Amino acid sequence: MGTLIVLIVFALFLTAILTGGYNKTFLERVKNSKVWDWLTTVDHKKIGILYFLSGFFFFLVGGIEALFMRLQLVVPHNDLFVGDTFNELLTMHGTTMIFMAAMPMIFGLMNAVVPLQIGARDVAFPFVNALGFWLFFAGGLLMNLSWIFGGAPDAGWTSYTSLALNNYSPGPGVDFYVLGLQIAGIGTLIGGLNFMATIINLRAPGMTFLRMPMFTWTSFVTSTIILFAFPPLTVALLLLMFDRLFGSHFFDYTMGGSAVIWEHLFWIFGHPEVYIVILPAFGVMSEVISTFSRKRLFGYTSMVFATVLIAFLSFMVWVHHMFTVGLGPVSNSIFAVATMAIAVPTGIKVFNWLFTMWGGEIRFTTAMLFAIGFIPTFVMGGMTGVMLAAPPADFQYQDSYFVVAHFHYVLVGGTVMGLFAGAYYWWPKMFGKMLNETIGKIHFWTFLIGFHLTFFPQHFLGLFGMPRRVFTYQPGMGLDSLNLISTIGVVGMAIGTIAFLYNIYWSFKKAAPAPADPWDGRTLEWAISSPPPVYNFAQLPLVRGYDAWWMEKQAGNKSLPPAEPLGSIHMPSSSFIPILMALGFFIAGFGFIFRGDFVGAIIGLVLVIVCLFLRSFDRDHGYHIEPDEIEETNKGVQA
Amino acid sequence: MVSRQRMWRVLPVFALLALALSGCSNSKVEMNVLDPHGSAGEKQLDLINWSFILMLAVFAVVTTIYIYVLIRYRKRKGIDRMPEQVHGNTVLEIVWTVIPIILLAILAVPTVSTTFDLSEKPKTKDAIRVVVTGHQYWWEFEYPDLGIKTAQELHIPVGRKVDLEIHGKDVLHSFWVPSLQGKTDVVPGRVNHMTLDADKPGVYQGKCAELCGAGHALMDFKVIASNDADFNKWVAEMKAPPAPVTTASEKKGEQLFQQNCMGCHAGINPNVQGPDLNKFGTRTTIAGVLPHDEQHLKQWLHNPQAVKPGALMPKINYLQPDEIQALTDYLMSRK
Amino acid sequence: MATHTEASRSPHMPNHLETATFEGRNKVLGFWLFLGAETVLFACLFGTYLALRHQTMGGPSGHELFDLKLVGLATAFLLTSSLTSVLAILAMNQLKKKVMMFWLAVTVLLGLAFLILEINEFIHYVHEGHTFTSSAFGSSFYALVGTHGAHVTFGIIWISTLMLQAAGRGITEEMAPKLFVASLYWHFIDVVWVFIFTLVYLLGKVG
Repeated sequence: MGTLIVLIVFALFLTAILTGGYNKTFLERVKNSKVWDWLTTVDHKKIGILYFLSGFFFFLVGGIEALFMRLQLVVPHNDLFVGDTFNELLTMHGTTMIFMAAMPMIFGLMNAVVPLQIGARDVAFPFVNALGFWLFFAGGLLMNLSWIFGGAPDAGWTSYTSLALNNYSPGPGVDFYVLGLQIAGIGTLIGGLNFMATIINLRAPGMTFLRMPMFTWTSFVTSTIILFAFPPLTVALLLLMFDRLFGSHFFDYTMGGSAVIWEHLFWIFGHPEVYIVILPAFGVMSEVISTFSRKRLFGYTSMVFATVLIAFLSFMVWVHHMFTVGLGPVSNSIFAVATMAIAVPTGIKVFNWLFTMWGGEIRFTTAMLFAIGFIPTFVMGGMTGVMLAAPPADFQYQDSYFVVAHFHYVLVGGTVMGLFAGAYYWWPKMFGKMLNETIGKIHFWTFLIGFHLTFFPQHFLGLFGMPRRVFTYQPGMGLDSLNLISTIGVVGMAIGTIAFLYNIYWSFKKAAPAPADPWDGRTLEWAISSPPPVYNFAQLPLVRGYDAWWMEKQAGNKSLPPAEPLGSIHMPSSSFIPILMALGFFIAGFGFIFRGDFVGAIIGLVLVIVCLFLRSFDRDHGYHIEPDEIEETNKGVQA
Repeated sequence: MVSRQRMWRVLPVFALLALALSGCSNSKVEMNVLDPHGSAGEKQLDLINWSFILMLAVFAVVTTIYIYVLIRYRKRKGIDRMPEQVHGNTVLEIVWTVIPIILLAILAVPTVSTTFDLSEKPKTKDAIRVVVTGHQYWWEFEYPDLGIKTAQELHIPVGRKVDLEIHGKDVLHSFWVPSLQGKTDVVPGRVNHMTLDADKPGVYQGKCAELCGAGHALMDFKVIASNDADFNKWVAEMKAPPAPVTTASEKKGEQLFQQNCMGCHAGINPNVQGPDLNKFGTRTTIAGVLPHDEQHLKQWLHNPQAVKPGALMPKINYLQPDEIQALTDYLMSRK
Repeated sequence: MATHTEASRSPHMPNHLETATFEGRNKVLGFWLFLGAETVLFACLFGTYLALRHQTMGGPSGHELFDLKLVGLATAFLLTSSLTSVLAILAMNQLKKKVMMFWLAVTVLLGLAFLILEINEFIHYVHEGHTFTSSAFGSSFYALVGTHGAHVTFGIIWISTLMLQAAGRGITEEMAPKLFVASLYWHFIDVVWVFIFTLVYLLGKVG
């Protein structure tokens, strides 16, 4: 059946190309349509919007999955979603939130902001940027289609073997996990690589490394972590795919394999992953707190140092996820101390934020509220993090609701709050419209209260003996009322999210155009119009210090000093190859999942290879925007 | 010294909250990390409290500065003040780097020593050796020195160290008794060790803590701690020859058992294996989760997957009611 | 010409055509980063192999299987091809198209020779009962050496494609970075092979 679907899709696709080719006006219409523009764009601002909105869509999907789980757990012995169905929900919730919601939304902000903050016209590889997005989208779509085609993965987002092997997960669920993540993972990897190259090579004149805004710094460090942490995931998924589809024995102990190898590979990736999603949130907080305190970021250099140190240490601590595996007290002790060490640079950051506000003039905008709500919430997550680092105590916390509480404090209290803060802060720059501050405040308060109501009791659920990933519990063991409270809290988070959805609607329908610098900003992106012109800066700016735009404003300048004369600007052309290539991967993924003779897989991979050749032989050098054209639309930088 | 250590565990806010929140629990089965009944659990709770107090101190400092800053430096209406653009403060920055390092060092010392302490195998000669095997979704307990094999209920004597040797056959599980000792993973292809003991007689709830499939949530077991005399009585009971099959119904049940259940429940086929049922009548639960009575046994036999999703036991729904009655009678008489 | 002043200002030695343009510099930097990711990828495969290499499950061990003479020959082919790819890039920077094409062709041929030897070796192993599915050792061996082989195959196709392009377009500022990163890639798979030779074959022979 799978082969058939794949063939049909492919045939439709070919027809579309061919008929389009025969009918020139049709092709013309397609090429001028807005949809085609968005599908083929290589503009970092548009890709940022695509990333952010599709990430938010998956955030809603993952949120609904979480809601279902809390509904099942509202009373003991509930029978709404039991057994494998519940396991599917918890697996998809975790995987969706990490890979399909948090990371894309982060990439969304990075795309929208980083090139502007370093004074660049685009990223180093616009084509790769588009490809990265479409691969993530294809992977996310593939994985979520599992709900329709034979069942979602149910072995947890960690997908531990042997449970994830054929013997114990015979359906296609885990195949969807393996292939979906593999495709999305390649997209993320090249995205990270792109941002590293962008930040190294495309900084405007004068924008030295130690003048880069904090968000750019954290994006840079996150990209570095992505570059080195995703290959272990690639390998782990590859080996799991071999075990499931091609009969190898990496993780099957009856044939000499070892389930512990999966755990190592997964967590060598998995722990740095935590910092991949939290560091950009730190960056957002630094920008927001500094802007709305009307003060320079306190201890900028130590912030940079702390970020780099966290990234370095993140690769040294993965075994703390495996304290109970039985690797012995020596290994457990070493990794325990390494883990505790991470608290030091993180603490430096927290104190720097507090002292940025100290002596400042704090404006309680929605973005700032999220940043302010973030500090104590994240500190609580950090506290339990240090507590978890002690192996003997971890023997009790491990795989219990205490851990669930801990990582939601860090991921929701850290990453999600950071993303919301970033959304409110940069929304005008991304869309040219403001978000509503009143709705924003409703969003913040309901979300924050709901969040604490949901997750604070879970610390105690864990200590009272409730393991994570269970679909039910026994009554009368001290778990009933806490579970009830936890489910009630979800209502608050749901209302908050709906408020945000309404706010998006409001901004598109009712909001007035946003000014270039609505917040009295400090960094380069606020020096150009909202949204910026397609080339960002008519003339590349000359950067004369940290908080460059703030410095110029203080000196009484109305615009940034240019570093080059007004001239013709080279722009990359749009390309349909990224989406076509992602389609190839998507088809190949389906082909592998439906096994059989792998016809679909071969067709998909052939399409990918065809795209590679198309790209290699493509001699499109882009186009130029001439100075008179710039003058006409010039709302941004003037000399 | 002892009383001071006790103080440790009572004082912290953590424990107070725990009492307040779990006070309503009147169940006799214990499952609470904050109220341990074994030496390992107590050491772990000491470390939990110690780390919690240290962290609470940090949290207090952060919150104080946080609240002060938010109130003192909020923007006031009508005042347009330009804050001084401070770059940083070297002394302050060194302070909040060094103090956390000291705090963490203070935490690291007991952490490392407890880690090594808990990993030691019992030195005393009277330790009981138990081989634990995790299966989807039940626990097998074998006492190699006593020649006993049982399931779902781990009987231990109070005050004696129990040396657990943990094996796995199918997927990962994790062995956890919150009131006595933390987790040790069940890893197929590896043997793990864990020591536990109980300081007072009681029933302690055990859980599987690693996602192991559809029935993971119900992979429960119990640790039954009793004093030496009761424990020895239990051992003797377990080693006694099986109770004679007396009534006609039991005899019929025995026959049905041999026809329908022996394949898995007598260890003939090592790949398809269910719990040993020789002393089934002495257990306190069915399948680790249901009360031990005839009605629930019938419920389990009729549709095991309705009780425990993913259970590997086939449905025994093809027997006549009288046959089920006979099978139930037989099983309940296995003491 | 702007490109000339760019080239002389570049931190690299002058006459490096591959970094003469802005796009070229991006490409070279991006490719180095990509090789960093590839290094981690191979490190994971090496780790898996080293952890599983004794799990033969009664099948033949590395000690029984490996024939150092043939593997040595394959190594010689691949290491030589690294040298010839350097010669090709030198020729490229001197704008000697014919010389460059010659050395690229030699590189591809040596790569092909290596690949034929490797396939031959795998066929031999399968006959000995050492397959991808025979044991964890087999799985991890083929995953590691096979991934390297796939990289060599990709490299051969890649360099051949670039030769095709260069034949038509000549050595341009656009072609130069492409050729340069392809040769970087080729060196990288060479270095990986050195590790495979040491950690798989030599270590396998020692025990």
